[in-house]
Amino acid sequence: MTMTPALVVARQVVREAARRRLLLALILLTIVVIALTVWGVSRIDDLRNAGQPLPEAQKKTIVSQLLILVMFMFSWVLSLAAVFIAAPAISGELESGIALALLARPMSRAEYVVGKWLGLVTLVVVYGVTAAIIELVAVQVVSGYLPPHPVEFLGFLLSEGVVILTFALMLSTRLAGMVGGVIAAILFGIAWMGGIVGGVGAAFNNATITHVGTATKLILPTDGLWRGAVWSLEPSLVIAAQSGLGPAVVRSREV
Amino acid sequence: MAATSPPIQLEHVTKRYGNVVALNDLNLSVQEGVFGFLGPNGAGKTTAVKILLGLTRATSGSGSLAGGAFGSKGSLGHIGYLPELFRYQSWLTAREVLALHCELARIDPAKWSTEIDRTLAIVGLADRGTSRVGTFSKGMQQRLGLGVALLDDPAVVLLDEPTSALDPVGRHDVREIIRALRERGTVVFLNSHLLSEVEQVCDGVAIVDRGKVIAQGKLDELLGTSSVRVRASGLSREGRTAIARFGELDDGADGAITIRGIDRERIPDLVSAIVGAGARVYAVEPQHETLEERFLRLLGQ
Repeated sequence: MTMTPALVVARQVVREAARRRLLLALILLTIVVIALTVWGVSRIDDLRNAGQPLPEAQKKTIVSQLLILVMFMFSWVLSLAAVFIAAPAISGELESGIALALLARPMSRAEYVVGKWLGLVTLVVVYGVTAAIIELVAVQVVSGYLPPHPVEFLGFLLSEGVVILTFALMLSTRLAGMVGGVIAAILFGIAWMGGIVGGVGAAFNNATITHVGTATKLILPTDGLWRGAVWSLEPSLVIAAQSGLGPAVVRSREV
Repeated sequence: MAATSPPIQLEHVTKRYGNVVALNDLNLSVQEGVFGFLGPNGAGKTTAVKILLGLTRATSGSGSLAGGAFGSKGSLGHIGYLPELFRYQSWLTAREVLALHCELARIDPAKWSTEIDRTLAIVGLADRGTSRVGTFSKGMQQRLGLGVALLDDPAVVLLDEPTSALDPVGRHDVREIIRALRERGTVVFLNSHLLSEVEQVCDGVAIVDRGKVIAQGKLDELLGTSSVRVRASGLSREGRTAIARFGELDDGADGAITIRGIDRERIPDLVSAIVGAGARVYAVEPQHETLEERFLRLLGQ
């Protein structure tokens, strides 16, 4: 059975990542990060406050915040790796002439671009799902803690990666890999800052500043998606404490 | 393929990149054999090939390739193409690059293996099929690119500077491959700035400069006008004017005059004109113009 041209291109993207040891590098680094987290979480039991072991609720809070920190790093790795792979994905092949040889076959440009996108999405999803699940399971085995919405978390994390890779791939059809990569990375950072600015605006009831945050979310929703990911990782207790609304929120979230 | 349209046709094709005119009202029609598209770097040769393949769009004009519109799937299913700036996937083996193109060219998977063996043998890479392309020299990559263009015996093969990275042995091999293609009835469109290459294998030639075809025809027709070297003494200014109507004059370092673009039949008239002008003729040497001389002369005009 022959594959459609888009699937042939997608398979090439995955094969290139495997052959160029990109996957190997990601897997090794991820193993290091997960091993460090497991070690860190296992040390929480040894923490003492005035010679007494910490209460369970406090331990749970520490584990949950540690997990959010590690997942924050994962989301950065996932997003920036997606940028660095997607930004030269098309422009690089145009420069080398590889794309010329491929597009001279009976294949439309749309099929070529969609194929690239499918391949990159496959990489992001496979890496993101595998790394996040191993991390979640490892933390649960060591500490017994599982965040409230792990499936939603995965959805938010992967959406963030897919959004930024789609954006970088769009730039790649017009700009050199380095330029597109830098632009995508900077906008990713601006979206992150915009999210913080918007949060500040909301905290001080300043509509203008809140709108700035909302606008950046709409332009590049990576930070909004990350906030969704944090929401699904955060224990109800912490959200209730931070929002100052108390048990009403806790109850509504736990129904 | 439709019998009515020639395998390669460009009609009034113009391509502008901003203010730069890459092709200016280009007209070309190739029926058969090996066609050489000659011109200096930047003349618009690669742009013409890219337009034929639909890799870039013409600003205006029309035409067809292998019986289909530029870049149409019907057309691209019958062609082989070697791009000028070639670099294949360094992380694949030569066989994998060829298999990828077999798949995209919709070749029956049962035929891939024999087809890959056949093309590797033609381009002289039979023993390197399982090597990674990243380990290949530029010349070997060019051979591989030629192999990619020859897969499945296409009706039309477009080669953009196919020997630019090759040593003399490689160039000889490519000439033999092109001759073999012609024997099989394949139409070959050869972009080149290497005149010797074109001179040795092409049936028809177009010379392009700054996006315009400045000469076109059968190679022997293009080279039909020849030149003659005359050594004479006592040629007056009036005498020079009199012989200038036979062709373009060129003074050699040794005092001889070369008259270019003169028809062979008119050489006796030229000699009597020189003698009639009071000069003494010592030698008359008819010369066959090489493609290089013709090329440079056309570019100079």
